[in-house]
Amino acid sequence: MTTATQTLPTAPGATARKRATGGRLRALRRNRLALTGGVIAAVFVLAALLAPLIAPYDPAQPDFGNVLAEPSWAHWLGTDDLGRDQLSRIVYGSRASMQVGLVAVVLAFVIGVPLGLLAGYYGRLTDSVVSRLTDTMLAFPFLVLAVGLAAILGPSLTNATIAIGISQIPAVIRITRAETLRLKHVDYVGAAVVNGGGDTTVLFRHILPNATSALIVQATVGIPAAIIGEALLSFLGLGVQPPAPSLGVMLSGAQSFLAPAPWLAVFPGLAIVAATLAFNLLGDGLRDVLDPRGGTR
Amino acid sequence: MTTPQTVPAPRESDGTSSHPQPPVLRIDALERHFAASGGGTVRAVDGVSITIGRGEVVGLVGESGSGKSTVGRCVVRLDEPTGGTVHINGTDVTHLSRRTLRPLRKDFHLVFQDPSSSLDPRMTIGQIIAEPIRLHRQARGEAVRTRVEQLLGQVGLRPEHADRHPHELSGGQRQRISIARALSCDPDLVVADEPTSALDVSVQASVLNLLADLQRDRGFGCLFITHDLAAVEYLADRIAVMYLGQIVEQAPTAELFAAPKHPYTQALLSAAPVPDPVEQRSRERIVLHGELPSPLDPPPGCRFHTRCPLATERCRTEVPVLRELPGGRQVSCHLVGDDGTAPDAAA
Repeated sequence: MTTATQTLPTAPGATARKRATGGRLRALRRNRLALTGGVIAAVFVLAALLAPLIAPYDPAQPDFGNVLAEPSWAHWLGTDDLGRDQLSRIVYGSRASMQVGLVAVVLAFVIGVPLGLLAGYYGRLTDSVVSRLTDTMLAFPFLVLAVGLAAILGPSLTNATIAIGISQIPAVIRITRAETLRLKHVDYVGAAVVNGGGDTTVLFRHILPNATSALIVQATVGIPAAIIGEALLSFLGLGVQPPAPSLGVMLSGAQSFLAPAPWLAVFPGLAIVAATLAFNLLGDGLRDVLDPRGGTR
Repeated sequence: MTTPQTVPAPRESDGTSSHPQPPVLRIDALERHFAASGGGTVRAVDGVSITIGRGEVVGLVGESGSGKSTVGRCVVRLDEPTGGTVHINGTDVTHLSRRTLRPLRKDFHLVFQDPSSSLDPRMTIGQIIAEPIRLHRQARGEAVRTRVEQLLGQVGLRPEHADRHPHELSGGQRQRISIARALSCDPDLVVADEPTSALDVSVQASVLNLLADLQRDRGFGCLFITHDLAAVEYLADRIAVMYLGQIVEQAPTAELFAAPKHPYTQALLSAAPVPDPVEQRSRERIVLHGELPSPLDPPPGCRFHTRCPLATERCRTEVPVLRELPGGRQVSCHLVGDDGTAPDAAA
């Protein structure tokens, strides 16, 4: 019994836990691309939240004496065909983007995660039904599905959000189901059963927490897809209705003025690219950091 | 082959009345067949019967692929037996639904082979050990923490370890946690599935010692699954030797080591190294040739005949039954006489 009394040098648990989380944050900070993505994403989220404080003008206020103005000190990104300030419209427009991006992904997770857990854990008939439904939905490209659903639901920001959220459900089910299938056969899940845990304990205390890394990554892939989806739906007139601002609505309006006022298309386009890229980079970085196999632990 | 064992008297009085208590574990003709992907059946466990009395330690020995771990998983119902029965404390648990079985689970637990995969990486040690206590409502509030710290002490760890995560501990420490979890509800039966084989040699002994001490103090019955003969000799009261899904020999530990009857047991014992180098160098080893045959298509007759140095024509055609021998032993070999005279595979 020599090692029975030998233990590690003591470190209070709280500091140990902090060290683990701190290590991950540091790893994320070392990843330059992920850091850039995180900062840009944070700027967009802040702009969306604080739009009324940031925007220099009312985004819906026309100024007919100042139509199609080039970028200037008064209007940093110029004005559109009704003389509305572009910068203010982009700030308010990113509000719609962020709202759709976050709400649609939350919606997809709220429905997709439980279904994926059930399909993966119980197998048999449950799995067959859920998986066939998923396959059917995945047969349509994401944007086509979103456009179709939005067309059925009718044009509005809420309906666009619902349509995009539903279109993302199958991907969420797939990921959750795959993780559940993998974790179901891991020893510590077996141990939970031997402990006397019921299905609820096994699913929500052991399988779900251990699937979070994969789910977080899926979320950061889903958000940019939803942002593009919102822009597309609004561009087609199925999302945000003008005069309310949205990046897609702005692009749509800019079509007629590509030659005289190209900045009308360039700036909203850049905003979409920046927001999408930011979340993608952040997602890539998170995946590297959260994967214990590739991690620095 | 389902001859019921006489239950040995408990080694220590467990303080209860004089009523004869049912054995903590009785496995009868247990079968676990898997449907193979290419058709056919894998007979991983094919008619295994073992009885463990209160406080008794039974070693289940066999090489990899013999089905010994599957027996353990069937006992704790992590795997569903396809035939036979499992009684725990006299209750038939073979066909109980998962829900009805749940409250009974406080009476038995499993120590997994690999402690790095059997502890949830997202939980603290305290949460891991406390889970069975909470699920079976053995304690609540502050009492849970006290209980956890007590258990940590009993497995040679400190109370502060409760706030750590599994990846912060060494393999040996993790296996101690696994043992603490298994004992947290004071079970009557612990199935230990090769609890030391994933550990460094240097810590194997200390974990074995810990198990032996705890077993002596608490008197739980134990099914100790292993391929490490030195470990079972030290721990087990009785040993069952498994080959290709069946038990070929069962005997009290001392007798089995003194005079193994079955040629397979003889080969197994001769392969285990002896700590005395002079003796180790000079001694006769029985080397078995060939691989363990596939349980998908077990050999006809005696399953061991393909590798047995003594196999006769009879062994190739006639299946030997597991017979009772004098001295509470069992063996399934045509060459062993009814009076217990055994062939010598080394000759």
